[in-house]
Amino acid sequence: MKKKILFEIKALYRDDFRVTGFVFGRGEPSVCIVGSMRGNENQQLYACSELVRRLSELEEKGRIVPGRQILVIPCANPYSMNIKKRFWSIDNTDINRMFPGYSEGETTQRIAAGIFDAVKDYPFGIQFASFYMPGGFVPHVRMMKTGFEKVSLAEQFGLPYVVLHTPRPFDTTTLNYNWQIWETNAFSIYTTNTSRVDRNSARQAVEAILNFLSKQEIIRYHGYNGYVSRVIESEDFIPVRAADAGFFETSVRPGEAVEEGQLLAKIRDPYLGTVRSCLNAPVHGTVAFVHDEAMTYENTAVFKLIREEW
Amino acid sequence: MIKTVVEAGLPVDETLSIRKRRLEPEHGESSAWKRISVVTGIHGDELEGQYVCYETARRIQEHPEYLNGIVDLYPALNPFGIDSVTRGIPAFDLDMNRIFPGRFDGDMNEYLAAEIVRDLKGSDLCIDIHASNIYLTEIPQIRINEQHEKALMRYALLSNVDFIWIHGASTVLESTLAYSMNSRGVPTLVVEMGVGMRITRDYGDQMTDGIFSLMKELGIWSGPVSQVRKPVVSQKPDEVTFLNAPVSGIFIKTLSHGARVSRGTEIGRIVDPLQGSLLCTVDSPVDGWLFTVREYPVVDEGSLMARILNTNNPDVRRMMG
Repeated sequence: MKKKILFEIKALYRDDFRVTGFVFGRGEPSVCIVGSMRGNENQQLYACSELVRRLSELEEKGRIVPGRQILVIPCANPYSMNIKKRFWSIDNTDINRMFPGYSEGETTQRIAAGIFDAVKDYPFGIQFASFYMPGGFVPHVRMMKTGFEKVSLAEQFGLPYVVLHTPRPFDTTTLNYNWQIWETNAFSIYTTNTSRVDRNSARQAVEAILNFLSKQEIIRYHGYNGYVSRVIESEDFIPVRAADAGFFETSVRPGEAVEEGQLLAKIRDPYLGTVRSCLNAPVHGTVAFVHDEAMTYENTAVFKLIREEW
Repeated sequence: MIKTVVEAGLPVDETLSIRKRRLEPEHGESSAWKRISVVTGIHGDELEGQYVCYETARRIQEHPEYLNGIVDLYPALNPFGIDSVTRGIPAFDLDMNRIFPGRFDGDMNEYLAAEIVRDLKGSDLCIDIHASNIYLTEIPQIRINEQHEKALMRYALLSNVDFIWIHGASTVLESTLAYSMNSRGVPTLVVEMGVGMRITRDYGDQMTDGIFSLMKELGIWSGPVSQVRKPVVSQKPDEVTFLNAPVSGIFIKTLSHGARVSRGTEIGRIVDPLQGSLLCTVDSPVDGWLFTVREYPVVDEGSLMARILNTNNPDVRRMMG
């Protein structure tokens, strides 16, 4: 394993801003994996650090296929992580809305450009991503529908679901989208959490990546084969919205099977403790997403379900 | 008349309401009235539009006899942001100007956006007032996506701004309120002026004069209006020079926005207060007109410090003599 500084900015009163990469194996760039990009993505960083640990072990055992090189960037934004701020420290811009970046532009455009320059030549790109809503997701691999996506590759991760996402205007400046436009096969891995670390979910994601690398003959590894993934479109998620605002008491978790009509959550009046509304499953299916904050706003999608396949 | 555009229940004893003030003639045939909408406060840290809404209402109330149409004033599209000195939507860390046109079946914020768009539909003209951000000060200007230039130029020229900047199309900007309204046939001008978290009264008066000029053009106002200024118009990318900080430090500005600069003119300095040293001077690389300058002193390498409209622009060439 070689440690490499991929991008650096000198600061006035803080230590230098550094984007650090870890290189495994030698030879042609084969796969690049990126961890946290926002200051609250502790789970994404944790999963990436687990991946670095596992790849180090595999490299020591000579299990990186000769001629294959792997780059792992655990954290693209240490500044924001260290001050627990989601976006960039001064201007609150999101590095993952700045790709492909601009080396002569503003600070986060420069960071994005520095990262993109380091990652754009890999045939495979994997990002540990987080959802903008607070909550837990069933583990899945997501691809943007840009016309370049290859679904059969996503299935090789062996995660329960492959989600195809139609990009919206603001998605066009993400790393994943630009990777695909630059002809990298790009995947986003969603684990259950964002700010809280879920070790089991991180381990599952790391196994999925090792599984994929093994199938692509980048490493020699005999792990689990995982699931036969079900492919769904992001529009196929069935949202269940909070009819009222208030305390949110859920009785199900991501990945749980539910029956039509089953109670999913109660929303309680924060003053009286009484139940304002009950949320029930509209279909037989699997819980894909669960809101995980103590309170909810009205009309918020607090669950997303995947309809049972018949 | 105050109208609620949309509201949503909050968890603890509060309702979120986005409201507008409607001013209309007391008498007359309402079906013939044209309608202008002035919106502001999408970004909670941009307050220049607050004065414009107040001043527009004040002038109309002083002379209601001149009002021949509908004026809708939306001073706070992001009331939480304004209340909490937050640019985006608090609790979601979301830029409200990236969620339009919204969705009626979407989350709370998308739903609010969809209702705002629905309410604005039917306006003959919409003006969306911004104040740059807390980092930069801007000359009063209108920014137009080149896709909508044809529909907007005649209005922009009457709006009493100093500068009209026609910029290239960008996919990411398709989620702004202005793009959503323009693509739905409601001509919408985006105004940028002044600086975040402050009110520049002169600019507010200038913009209000522009709104009355536009109201007169639309037949909504029959009272006297001020002569509008002739703006500088830029439509080519090579006419705008961007200056980004070469190093991190504290920016001390030498010139204010609006200054004419020559190549080599000092615009500001970047210093290191810990060392007591000058890190660099920020000199203009071109002759031109400084229409944006950094207000917030802390800069990272790459932070935008200035924009200069250079002499590739014929109006600037004339201005520079």
